[in-house]
Amino acid sequence: MADLVAHGVAHRDEHGSAGAHSQNLRHHFDNMSQQFEAGNLGMWVFLATEVLFFGGLFASYTVYRALYLPGFEIGSHLLDVRFGAANTAVLIGSSLSMALAIRAAQTGRRNAQVFLLVLTMILGAAFLGIKFSFEWRNDYLEHLIPGVNFLYRPEWGANAPHVQLFFCFYFIMTSLHAIHMIIGIGLLSVLTWMAARGRFSPDYYTPLEVSGLYWHFVDIVWIFLFPLLYLIGGRYGIGGGH
Amino acid sequence: MSTAVTEIPQESRVHYLNVSYGVKSWLLTVDHKRIALLYLVSITFMFLVGGVAAVLMRIHLIEPAGALVQPETYNKLFSAHGIIMVFFFLVPSIPATLGNFLVPLMIGAKDLAFPKLNLLSWYIYIVGALFTLYAVISGGVDTGWTFYTPYSSTYSHSAVIPVAIGVFITGFSSILTGLNFIVTIHKMRAPGLTWFRLPLFIWSIYATSVIFILGTPVLAITIFLLGVERLFHVGIFDPAVGGDPLLFQHLFWFYSHPAVYIMILPGMGVVSELIAAFSRKRIYGYTMVAYSSFAIAIISFLVWGHHMFVTGQSIYAGLIFSVLSFLVAIPSAIKVFNWTATLYKGSISYEAPMLYALGFIGLFTMGGLTGLFLAALATDVHLSGTYFIVAHFHYIMVGGAVMAYMGGLHYWWPKISGRMYPDMWARVAAVIIFVGFNLTFFPQFMLGYLGMPRRYAVYPPEFQVFNVMSSAGASILGIGYLIPLVYFIWSMRYGPIAPANPWGAKGLEWTVPSPPPTENFEETPVVTEEAYDYAPIPEGQHG
Repeated sequence: MADLVAHGVAHRDEHGSAGAHSQNLRHHFDNMSQQFEAGNLGMWVFLATEVLFFGGLFASYTVYRALYLPGFEIGSHLLDVRFGAANTAVLIGSSLSMALAIRAAQTGRRNAQVFLLVLTMILGAAFLGIKFSFEWRNDYLEHLIPGVNFLYRPEWGANAPHVQLFFCFYFIMTSLHAIHMIIGIGLLSVLTWMAARGRFSPDYYTPLEVSGLYWHFVDIVWIFLFPLLYLIGGRYGIGGGH
Repeated sequence: MSTAVTEIPQESRVHYLNVSYGVKSWLLTVDHKRIALLYLVSITFMFLVGGVAAVLMRIHLIEPAGALVQPETYNKLFSAHGIIMVFFFLVPSIPATLGNFLVPLMIGAKDLAFPKLNLLSWYIYIVGALFTLYAVISGGVDTGWTFYTPYSSTYSHSAVIPVAIGVFITGFSSILTGLNFIVTIHKMRAPGLTWFRLPLFIWSIYATSVIFILGTPVLAITIFLLGVERLFHVGIFDPAVGGDPLLFQHLFWFYSHPAVYIMILPGMGVVSELIAAFSRKRIYGYTMVAYSSFAIAIISFLVWGHHMFVTGQSIYAGLIFSVLSFLVAIPSAIKVFNWTATLYKGSISYEAPMLYALGFIGLFTMGGLTGLFLAALATDVHLSGTYFIVAHFHYIMVGGAVMAYMGGLHYWWPKISGRMYPDMWARVAAVIIFVGFNLTFFPQFMLGYLGMPRRYAVYPPEFQVFNVMSSAGASILGIGYLIPLVYFIWSMRYGPIAPANPWGAKGLEWTVPSPPPTENFEETPVVTEEAYDYAPIPEGQHG
């Protein structure tokens, strides 16, 4: 993935004022459009891998949810849907600013690119902040973290192991998603630096484009996680209610 | 860098091997040809390590009570053998070496689409391999290569975690290699090189890459879940807390059955090249052979349940998986019939690569047909977990994949090294490998049919004859593998200089000098003909 993003960086300082074409074209490509399409396709293929990576988790979660519905409903009730909803809004906002940043590169507005990329990073960090310092902290205080401090509650009865299983998947899925967010923020900080130095132009913005694809993908994973974990059988969802 | 290549004598010509020297020029290279050689050296080393484990097992099994090691050590030997051979030799073998070297050359490109990513793949592979080797040295694992829970979780007392991390990391090497191939084949083909003019090797590498991309991440998440269960002592696969060990098997085989096709599909591609080159004919039914690679890749994702016929999955699931597994035989048979039809009235010559290709067809057919015994529900109940399974998948993986890998290595060795190997020795080695292989593994079909279970360190005395035959065959097979290792290394210095196209074969890789220059093609070639466009054989020369 680093290679996809690093396209064009190689010859950066050789000809300061040379045209974007010769400057950004790697030697083994024939022309800019071939290079752009290759980078783009590479990211799409990578995302196909990611879909299967999360797909294995989603499949396992679905199997266990079907087997142990009462326990998973109890688990879902223990999550605070307000945090999940807030985070959903934050992430969709970050995808919007990411898309606008690419638009700014296409129209050649450097300051707008930098501003929008920084905004995307701030929103991504806000998501992680809500996740870690509110949600996970509450879970810790309520002894809901399997393998760390999980405690069976008497009112769960025979469902207690299944509640723990729900929280296993909750933490595995959300932490894998968070790792992807952190990688995305890392990519964005490199992009911001490149944008500030005027590396992108209407002719060349491949790194922005492919990183944008990645960012939107991570967003979409959350769009699936949110209903699956919080809403189905959750506090305000179908099949829920005490 | 290399103007007027043809006029300059071989020694003074600049090519990818002599363009720069020193360890750094290799470890930091982004040239796909050099990275292919890095892989070649690495996987050869892993092959030797896995081979040593196999030799120790076969020595142990000469005596019914076990001749060499403690049962615990035996468990660790077969686990090390399986893990190293599958994940660190067979999966990367043809794609990462021959694929890396040949994909850009065959499609008229200067390099893969992402050269740095390609180098990164190799480093990821090395890190994974080091983890696994460390684990093997520091105590080993006794779970078998399948890591079944609860052997690998609740009841494990061996180094499962470092091995699992090693396999997990190496998976990303496969994913990135597959990604690189897919993008390269889509976007970097030379002008005029349409999809149906591609060599069949490219088709099979493409199909393999699809499996890399879609299968490997599921293995990664499975191993990740196993690691979480081990590290945090939670019960994802543990029935005591609601988990299900069968879920592990489902997830594992969702990758690991397609992984079998990761191993065999590139071999089929190599054999298509060899059969065409040494029959001097276009592959019969080119289009169907190309499509059948895809059919195999797609069906491979729908058959994993045939590993679980005796695990208590529902009878209906068993029936469906059985039918789907039989379906794999169709595209596989298409390939075998079409190779055979290509031979018909071909101008066949028995060079060493062709001997491997013919061996492949025979051994793969046997491996495939015995697979049908295992796809059938009733016979599988009897044969599951016996040496019949061991023999079956070795016919596919060793008799198929490794034979094709050896054949491909011989065929393209002049291109890779710029030198010819000794032809007589190569033919002798090919025959020794064929004989040794059959003597090793055919008796195991008998053993399995008679009921000897796999993975046991001891066995009843009535099985000794077949076990001794198998061990004798293994020693012949081992010699067969050592001979090429010696003469390949010898040929790099002393072999006769290879011309650009020693076989008179078709394909863009034979249009460039041997070894190729770093940038492969001075000018991007324009393709105007079909693959394998061999001249018709004059009437009088038909056999």
